[in-house]
Amino acid sequence: MKNNYLLEAAECRYGAFGGRFMPEILMAPINELEKAFQASNRDPSFQSAFTALLKNYAGRPTALTEVTRFSEAIQGPRIFLKREDLLHTGAHKLNNALGQCLLAQRMGKTRIIAETGAGQHGVAMAAACAHLGLPCVIYMGSVDMERQAPNVMRMRLMGAEVVPVNNGTATLKDAVNEALRDWAESFPHSHYCLGSALGPHPYPEMVATFQSVIGKESRDQSIDLFSKNPDLVIACVGGGSNAIGIFSAFLNDPNVRLIGVEAGGHGSQLGEHAARFQAGTRGVLHGCYTYVLQDQHGQIAPTSSISAGLDYPAVGPQHAQLFEERRVEYVVASDDEAGAALKMLARTEGILPALESAHALAYLIKIAPSLPKEQYVLVNLSGRGDKDLPQIMKTYEK
Amino acid sequence: MKNSLEKIKTLFAHQKVCIAYLTAGDGGAERTINAALALIEGGVHLLELGIPFSDPIADGSVIQQATARALQGGTHLKQVLEIVQALRKKTDIPLILFSYYNPILAASTSFDFFKEASEAGADGLLIVDCPFEESYAVQQKCGEHQLAFIHVVTPSTSMERLAIINKHAQGFLYYACRKGTTGVRSGLPDDFSQKIAALKSEASLPVVVGFGISDHATAQQVLGAADGVVVGSLFVKVLAEGADAKKLKALAKTIFTSTNVPLVEMVEELRSLENQRRHHLKIISNLKSQQDN
Repeated sequence: MKNNYLLEAAECRYGAFGGRFMPEILMAPINELEKAFQASNRDPSFQSAFTALLKNYAGRPTALTEVTRFSEAIQGPRIFLKREDLLHTGAHKLNNALGQCLLAQRMGKTRIIAETGAGQHGVAMAAACAHLGLPCVIYMGSVDMERQAPNVMRMRLMGAEVVPVNNGTATLKDAVNEALRDWAESFPHSHYCLGSALGPHPYPEMVATFQSVIGKESRDQSIDLFSKNPDLVIACVGGGSNAIGIFSAFLNDPNVRLIGVEAGGHGSQLGEHAARFQAGTRGVLHGCYTYVLQDQHGQIAPTSSISAGLDYPAVGPQHAQLFEERRVEYVVASDDEAGAALKMLARTEGILPALESAHALAYLIKIAPSLPKEQYVLVNLSGRGDKDLPQIMKTYEK
Repeated sequence: MKNSLEKIKTLFAHQKVCIAYLTAGDGGAERTINAALALIEGGVHLLELGIPFSDPIADGSVIQQATARALQGGTHLKQVLEIVQALRKKTDIPLILFSYYNPILAASTSFDFFKEASEAGADGLLIVDCPFEESYAVQQKCGEHQLAFIHVVTPSTSMERLAIINKHAQGFLYYACRKGTTGVRSGLPDDFSQKIAALKSEASLPVVVGFGISDHATAQQVLGAADGVVVGSLFVKVLAEGADAKKLKALAKTIFTSTNVPLVEMVEELRSLENQRRHHLKIISNLKSQQDN
């Protein structure tokens, strides 16, 4: 199951990053979760149940699509998209949602708590919980609820309770705060299903493990299609779960260049973007020591991105370590660049990407002319853009 | 040379300890200082000062809002230490800083927080999101600068964990007696008596109890079983509602004074007895007039 150290935290850390900076009340449930996760990892019956759900409910494996007209339009090399947008509920988030819900059932938990930013993790949770018969409460910032209205409706249709969060900046980080407060009260019977490779140990390891299926499939499909690993893999990085999922299969091959794209937002001042590796410093947020956007007093800074899924002030600890090791290049794409990339892919290929995934495409568009034409580039198309229609209409259809 | 550990030890040796929490800088530094002094006059023996943080995951809405107001007013670590310094000129009671980890981490890149906190007059430090697994470096720094590093124990803390915490703990153990977040609640959780008894038999330090304690009866019940009681959200709430020093002092007295029935409740009871008496008189006079007819 494990194929490299970044899926396995040594004493809860990746290099200096990670840890378990949680209130004492949550240490017992976190330790309980860690034990259950490690046991499930070694249990073939859990693994086969998970694989069956991914195949028969989620629709794995997802396709690898070559986009020649898009490549032509941007004067690029050979470009392949890993089509997580084709996964049930429209994003890679379902991989983790199903894994954690199965684990919650195994632990005897009867209620699920989740946070959501773009709503993709929320929708995946609502679907997984409906399918497995678990009641589900989802915390969502009221700003995000407005810009991702279709996803709120989808969650509610699938029976999830969506709770608006008005505290702080009313976005993803505040939704995580509220979910943690719920869990501190409800942990005896509730599982908190964190949606990204973030938070206290064992979440980063667990989420990365459940998402590693993206990388494994991509590697096998690459070998089938062009008999080698891709030359370059690009993914967007919010918390970083889709990126760590696809990168995980290629970390040990130094010939594979890896690029993570953060949200450049609409400016370079603190508060105008979510580019943790450009402007962030080390700190602790939500139980994890990592790169954080914060002011000089250690107060967490507001962030901005057209994409709710990237609009978060901290980044997963595995990415912090990969940045430190310079194994992955972390770059930015702005709101406008992401919007233009979304339109380009839609026009040339009939694929409407999520605004999050459009950041990965946007950076590829920037560097495409400089890449050797014979290269194979793999982009993780982590989600589809239907949920972004209100935002896209508001911003780009002028 | 100051000796905070000795000071805390002496305090607990002589009485049940009444503890108040205030979010530093809520309403301005001046207001925090005056509120603290009023509480001390009202019987508080030890004060906890909360350092505002933008994402207080362990706090309920009362302290969340106080924190947001304090941050809006520009209260950060330096300002809190100024409040400590001002208080230290007026009182000898132990002052414990309450913080989340990140403001302290951030400060450590520009100044020696532990040294300055100690010099300002703080006696201890509690970091809400720094469990013993992550606290090695902080404990070292606290040790260097005569600050007691206070550990938290909760209803979910196992006896094995407690044994480890007990080994590292200094000053006193803080038992956050219920699940969830801070707030104004009534009564104590069902497992309180059992948990506090287990805790007391294991702990080698005094044990104080906090989290949701906000009335006289509950505080006194806690003091019957523990070495100290912490009241936080209630004071923060009445302060936000505009309570002045006099009212705050009276409230502290009401909650912490160990008479069986505090003054306020006595007055209320007398009032209700008087109403009952009048009601009965009316019935009697009605009955009399019926008989007369």
